[in-house]
Amino acid sequence: MNAQNPLHGAQAPLAGTSFAALCAPALRQAFVKLDPRRLWRAPVMAVVALTATLTSLLCAVPDSGVSTGLALQIALWLWFTVLFANFAEALAEGRGRARADSLRAGGRGLMARRRAGDGYETVAAAALRRGDVVRVQAGESIPGDGEVIDGVAAVNEAAITGESAPVIRAAGGDRSAVTGNTQVVSDWLLVRITANPGESTLDRMIALVEGAKRQKTPNEVALDILLIGLTLIFLVVVATLQPFARFAGGDLPLVYLAALLVTLIPTTIGGLLSAIGIAGMDRLVRLNVIAKSGRAVEAAGDVHVLMLDKTGTITFGNRRCSAMVKAPGVTTPALAEAALIASLADETPEGTSIVDYLKGLHTLQAPPREDLDVVPFSAETRLSGADWRGARYRKGAVDAVLAYLHLGRDELPAPLAREVEKIAQSGGTPLLVAADGQLLGAIHLKDVVKPGIRERFGELRRMGIRTVMVTGDNPLTAAAIAAEAGVDDVIAEATPEKKLARIRQEQAEGKLVAMCGDGANDAPALAQADVGLAMNDGTQAAREAANLVDLDSDPTKLLDVVRVGKELLVTRGALTTFSVANDVAKYFAILPALFAGLYPQLGALDLMRLHSPQSAILSAIVFNALIIVVLIPLALRGVRVQALDAARLLRRNLLIYGVGGLVAPFLGIKLIDLLLTAVGLV
Amino acid sequence: MQLHDFGLILAFFVLVLAPAPWLGRYLYRAMEGQRTLLTPLLQPLERLCYRVAGVDPGAGQDWKRYTGALLAFNAVGLVLLFLILVGQGALPLNPQHLPGMEWSLAFNTAVSFVTNTNWQAYSGEASLSYFSQMLGLAVQNFVSPAVGLAVLVVFCRGIARRSTADLGNFWVDLTRATLYGLLPFCLVLALLLVWQGVPQSLHAYVQAHTLAGGEQSIPLGPAASQIAIKQLGTNGGGFFGVNSAHPFENPTAWSNLLEVAAIILIPVALLFTFGHYVGDRRQSRALLASMLILFVLGLGATLWAELRPNPALAALPVEQIGSLEGKESRFGSVASALWAVTTTAASNGSVNAMHDSFSALGGLVPLFNMMLGEVIFGGVGAGLYGMLLFVLITVFLAGLMIGRTPEYLGKKLEAREVRLLVATLLVMPLGVLVPAALAACLPGAAAAVSNPGAHGFSQILYAYTSGTANNGSAFAGFGANTPYHNLMIALAMLLGRFGYILPVLAIAGSLAAKTRAPQGSGSFPTHGPLFVVLLTLTLLLVGGLTFLPSLALGPLAEHFAAVGGA
Repeated sequence: MNAQNPLHGAQAPLAGTSFAALCAPALRQAFVKLDPRRLWRAPVMAVVALTATLTSLLCAVPDSGVSTGLALQIALWLWFTVLFANFAEALAEGRGRARADSLRAGGRGLMARRRAGDGYETVAAAALRRGDVVRVQAGESIPGDGEVIDGVAAVNEAAITGESAPVIRAAGGDRSAVTGNTQVVSDWLLVRITANPGESTLDRMIALVEGAKRQKTPNEVALDILLIGLTLIFLVVVATLQPFARFAGGDLPLVYLAALLVTLIPTTIGGLLSAIGIAGMDRLVRLNVIAKSGRAVEAAGDVHVLMLDKTGTITFGNRRCSAMVKAPGVTTPALAEAALIASLADETPEGTSIVDYLKGLHTLQAPPREDLDVVPFSAETRLSGADWRGARYRKGAVDAVLAYLHLGRDELPAPLAREVEKIAQSGGTPLLVAADGQLLGAIHLKDVVKPGIRERFGELRRMGIRTVMVTGDNPLTAAAIAAEAGVDDVIAEATPEKKLARIRQEQAEGKLVAMCGDGANDAPALAQADVGLAMNDGTQAAREAANLVDLDSDPTKLLDVVRVGKELLVTRGALTTFSVANDVAKYFAILPALFAGLYPQLGALDLMRLHSPQSAILSAIVFNALIIVVLIPLALRGVRVQALDAARLLRRNLLIYGVGGLVAPFLGIKLIDLLLTAVGLV
Repeated sequence: MQLHDFGLILAFFVLVLAPAPWLGRYLYRAMEGQRTLLTPLLQPLERLCYRVAGVDPGAGQDWKRYTGALLAFNAVGLVLLFLILVGQGALPLNPQHLPGMEWSLAFNTAVSFVTNTNWQAYSGEASLSYFSQMLGLAVQNFVSPAVGLAVLVVFCRGIARRSTADLGNFWVDLTRATLYGLLPFCLVLALLLVWQGVPQSLHAYVQAHTLAGGEQSIPLGPAASQIAIKQLGTNGGGFFGVNSAHPFENPTAWSNLLEVAAIILIPVALLFTFGHYVGDRRQSRALLASMLILFVLGLGATLWAELRPNPALAALPVEQIGSLEGKESRFGSVASALWAVTTTAASNGSVNAMHDSFSALGGLVPLFNMMLGEVIFGGVGAGLYGMLLFVLITVFLAGLMIGRTPEYLGKKLEAREVRLLVATLLVMPLGVLVPAALAACLPGAAAAVSNPGAHGFSQILYAYTSGTANNGSAFAGFGANTPYHNLMIALAMLLGRFGYILPVLAIAGSLAAKTRAPQGSGSFPTHGPLFVVLLTLTLLLVGGLTFLPSLALGPLAEHFAAVGGA
């Protein structure tokens, strides 16, 4: 294991760690979290804890209607309900905490050489403030997030990205941002620190996965309000039952009322809400994406428009050879041989793609490199190639080759001219190949769309998300690639102003826009977009303007972020629906039991035919507690989001979590009732 | 059921549904100041109103100013009505020389009419002068549904408009709702009722000598006009004490059909008005479908319960055609059940039979209809804005399941809206359960109940449900005219009215300020069968979860005792 790599050092044992190893500390945390100040963050669970306390006290007061044994059991299960919810939260935190701890360990004791006057002083990294300038030399770790203001160096960012190949960081340009806790492996850098302690990338990562520091996201806040509202309604419902019963000439045991209250209020979602949020952020961190706030992740689930850079996201970024066209009267092997020799020494991606293409198609005997007399690309001739055995092989742009051959544009043989025109119209780049002053044919270079990207855009479209391709290409080229990749719209000849204007226009129509970018000129658009994903190897300006940073600098991550955002929302919605639907069965279990003394005829409502009023109430409360444990894996993993349109997704989730929520407790409570009776607990 | 029973139900649905799309469009155009059939006739009058009141019809209001105007208008109306009722003895048009009302009853009555509840803890012919009826109650009978309509229209604008604070002008909405929305319909219905024999007179009561030699006082009054607005404006406060069971209020089978259809004529039409506002007729149809499902289910259950022989008499050697206790024999079980379901589905509260005497389950349906907040068609304006609140709750509950922030017709539901929605969800439990619990355990308050046990509890529950839901119908047998109940029910009525109106206006303000996201395949679908089922189930779930325990202690205990023979 690489000690320099705390992030991935932590991931490795984590993947290997059994669930059980995470459970032990989580169990301990479940009790620690009984601290009222912590409970208050989840109001529904605070009510349960309060009710549990009350019920525990009531156990000491003899009640003719309830045996002390039963009251104790009810109190115990009420406490279990709280503990199970705490356990779920602790478990979600535990997974992130392990990673956070090792990240922290990497940053601990780090020292920095801070510029002071004309010299440097050595201070603890933790003492650095925004604006401080530090000098970092080969072999040292960069003490905090910052921007290179002088020097060029290779930096190993494995600690954050997991990628072990060093990257070059230099002052100015688009590669000037450095991340704390990464290592300079050559030369030196002068870095201006841009984050105060507690605001760095590392700190953000840690804060995202720790429940206590986590900011609730907007939808979570709204859902919390609804859950509090439901809790209040059920408080009124349960509190008024005693006077109603008195009117009917009876008295209801307070312990039963406590049990009724806890089973009715939405404890399932209330207990798992925070675990869902933490686990969602944890999934994001696993993707190596840092969110500056949970808000951005939720917004990702909401986006209507994705603006994606063509290069690197939709296409591989390099033009590749995809076909060859012979000039009239030229044989295929002749053209292939000439193209191969002209490209062998060309190490640009275009050149190697030509060689790869030819080797895949023909069994050509390539001459050894050292026999070639290489003619590198020059700005003057705009040609490249090689001389071999006295013959001159050249390739280049159409105009350049024609000029080299002293031919006019109209002297191009008609069939070849047609093909060249076709290539240009399809968005490709035509190159001409010549050998010994003779025109042999053309090479079709084109932007190659990444495999599978078309299908992904199709999925997004089904989910109601439009994709807009952003490219500097001319409209013709852009349109051709757009058609091939299956994007919905295109911004050609894009400038930062154009991007910004487009985002504003979409937002004015009420749409949410997500985009990714890296350059300093992307910063305004990243800030304007509702979800802005910056590349970690980009500029500090872009990283600050965006609300998400991808440590792997992979623009396609935006698609994964959207999925995580949606999963987060769907999981909450599904468990809320499940929780509320559960109440129906609980009523049918508890009400007949509760009113058995007042109106025995209400036994007709006991659809489950439970053993006795006592076992009915206990079964309901046991089910209510256990269902939290049963659903913990779902809360942590998240409900998977299919690429379906909203109507189908809704129908599917309603069937599973709505109808399931109605039916499951009927079965569960009956089963628990049978078990409790068999064991003789009631 | 016999052929004419089916005929009544069929005619009812035709009368209510057939003109609704056309009426809905008319109401939309009228409320937005566009040209309608009646514009040439009514516009001069409308302009005169603005000139006299000094209102600039073009000046829009934000939700706070709109709310301020609405509250001021209702406060003034409340005080004025209270003063008229207390001082009617000294006011003209009082041929019977009726004295002023006792203050708690007057307060209760004033609140009742201002809130469109029309709960009557008094008997009209024995307590109210013609002046009180015509210049006191009738005025509120008109303006209280007009206020409801205005609030609905604001809600619609909140959803339809984008990035604005302007929600319209309260005084304009109020004037148009009254002039275009209510007056023409009332005029037509009043004339039809006069034709059927409903009195419209300012003469003193007629003294008659009966054949048996007794003296009888036959009450008269300007009844037809009052009854028209009482039905159309979902008011429900009868001119006479026994409401539409009285032969002068409801003389014939035709008048019965017209009156029962008039209850939900405007509420059904407003569904289509909503569709015009949001520019999507499918939304109207989805809401209509959900309401119809609930209505037909309720009607079916009530008919089933009321057409069954009374189990208590099953052992006796009598042939029973349904349970006829407490029903006007001219109408019978079917017409009574239809009226009971309609009047509680809408927030009308007029009756043509005694709900107290219905079988346990037959009484449960009207009770449950009200407990849902009267959103099955509901009161003029009030029913639909109540239903729209449920739509928003449904969208919020299930909307997350499509992986987006919940939104309705492109408007996002965020913490602020949810907070206001939750406030409206609390209205029914707070208004019904808390005062009912107080009434059940305070010895003086509980004395108003004529029956012990489950039925007595139903009476308490019904009274406070009717008050909070702004229905106004009563389970007879509950002696409501005590200072305690007068004040508590008045409070419940105020809570039930303004506990909805204030959050609704605030939500409208908040929604209007938002942009409207375009609808696409990724948006939550709020039309189509799936949503209809979802909305209906959410309604039943929310209502059921809140009130099942209290229903179990009232009608359900009574029902199972009756069928079990206990």
